[in-house]
Amino acid sequence: MTDQLARRKAASRSMQQRLIGCITGYFGSGLTLPLLILAGWGGAIHAGLLDNRLWASPSAVIVALIAQVKDGVLFDDVAASLQRDLSGFVIGTAIGLLVGIVLARSRLVDGLLGPLLNGVKQIAIFAWVPLISIWFGHDEPAKVAFIALAVFFPVMLNTYDGVRGIDSRHFEVARILGLNRWQRVRYVILPAAMPAIATGIRLALIYAWLATIGAEYFFASGTGIGSSMTDGREQFRMDLVLLGMAMIGGIGFMLNVIAGRLEDWALQWRDG
Amino acid sequence: MTIRIADPSSQEIFRPLPLPATIAEPRKQSADAPTTLAAWAGRQRVYRFLLAILGLFALLLFWHFAVRWALLPVQILPAPEAVARSLVDLATSGKLASNLAISVRRVALGFLIGAGAGLLLGSAMGLSAKADRFLRPTFLVISQIPVLGWLPFLMLLLGIGEALKIVIIAKAAFTPVTLNTLNGFRAVPDHYLEVARIYRFSPWQLLGKVMLPAAFPPIFTGLRYGLTHSWLSLVAVELLASTEGVGYLMVWSRQLFQLDTMIAMMVVVGFIGFLMDRLLSAAEAFVLRRYGGSLT
Repeated sequence: MTDQLARRKAASRSMQQRLIGCITGYFGSGLTLPLLILAGWGGAIHAGLLDNRLWASPSAVIVALIAQVKDGVLFDDVAASLQRDLSGFVIGTAIGLLVGIVLARSRLVDGLLGPLLNGVKQIAIFAWVPLISIWFGHDEPAKVAFIALAVFFPVMLNTYDGVRGIDSRHFEVARILGLNRWQRVRYVILPAAMPAIATGIRLALIYAWLATIGAEYFFASGTGIGSSMTDGREQFRMDLVLLGMAMIGGIGFMLNVIAGRLEDWALQWRDG
Repeated sequence: MTIRIADPSSQEIFRPLPLPATIAEPRKQSADAPTTLAAWAGRQRVYRFLLAILGLFALLLFWHFAVRWALLPVQILPAPEAVARSLVDLATSGKLASNLAISVRRVALGFLIGAGAGLLLGSAMGLSAKADRFLRPTFLVISQIPVLGWLPFLMLLLGIGEALKIVIIAKAAFTPVTLNTLNGFRAVPDHYLEVARIYRFSPWQLLGKVMLPAAFPPIFTGLRYGLTHSWLSLVAVELLASTEGVGYLMVWSRQLFQLDTMIAMMVVVGFIGFLMDRLLSAAEAFVLRRYGGSLT
């Protein structure tokens, strides 16, 4: 009798109760700390413990988000940032692939330029900002150049490792088949080095996003998430700053996921 | 074509095959040819070193003549001698030393704080599944936002003083150290834990004799990444918001259009970053050598 009662009680749980049960079941106790922080933060501002001219409560951030979406400003910022990111990424990856393959295939060029490139790689990426600002100015070209530079090194290094590790028998087969240089690259080098290249490209995607944000801070002009965060900081609008942080984290996370999927897709022929 | 099958009883099958002329006579060895692999490897290293020097020299030469023949205006690229000279000037005037000391002090302090916190959190999350479940989502969210993303927020809170730099550098070290420590502890193989259970180790013995030694390499890798990230963040912060330090020197020379000083500072930044990494890997090798017997 009580068994039947219990079953009917369980079946009559509402949609919200089921949803909450699902979420807490998945995240478990991990949700407590974030919720506590959010609640404490909002409460402290409400209670006046934190100066509310400086601080922005979670609800203020949401309000700013909605306002920016309505004005279309958010879309412009994100589109501008992603466009820069993509341009720098493509250029840097292309040059990195080229240099990596050339260095790996030619012992002479490797001996001459390899140590130099390794030395240049040591220079912290942000130390290039002043030089780039002199060579490229302060606008889009400078930002794209900076991102391309940040992307170049991981791609070049991983491509180099990958191509160096190719079994020489593959090249013997290429010679027997009489492949010319482009055919060799397309049918032998790229597929054989693909795991290492894919790793390099995944790293490059991450670095490209970091460099995009950095570029928008340092070359302060135009639209973009970083630019609007800088504006928000100068106007003491913490809600914009926090919104920008959330956007950066969210887009960075999505790029990681996409990069992982791309890597799986590129390597799927190896498992088949 | 007939196939001749040699009669086993005849002498024919023992006749040596005719060798091609090129390998019939072994290559004449020169009197001082290396007879050991080590000697050959040594020669290879010397060749590669010389080739690298040649490459560097060729680049410097190319750079020098590019400036001499005014291929590029001198505002865009100063001559290499000018860069070298300003490097010497910076060193002798003491400017380099004082600013470098400030920067290194910031990195040291920030790294100690960040790596210390990272080791604590990573150990907690790696050793206790409950702590991991509780803290993981928060940590993931914090680590998804890159260090630079925190900069405007922290600038609003802390201004542009020393505290800002230390906090940024600490945050930069915190994430990789935590992640690597966490993974290091979780990757301790199960059979080590089984052996510890057979010996009935107390929790402290388990920690000291099994977990710490096994997790040491990944933890140290995390520390190296942390230091690299700390140095990177230091340069970024000093470029944006500082009145002293190596980053400030770069900004200052850029604003005065003293490109030779600026490029000299780039070389210094690269060199210091390289040195820091080398120091840590030497420390790692030292610890492994001294206590290597009990590790892995």
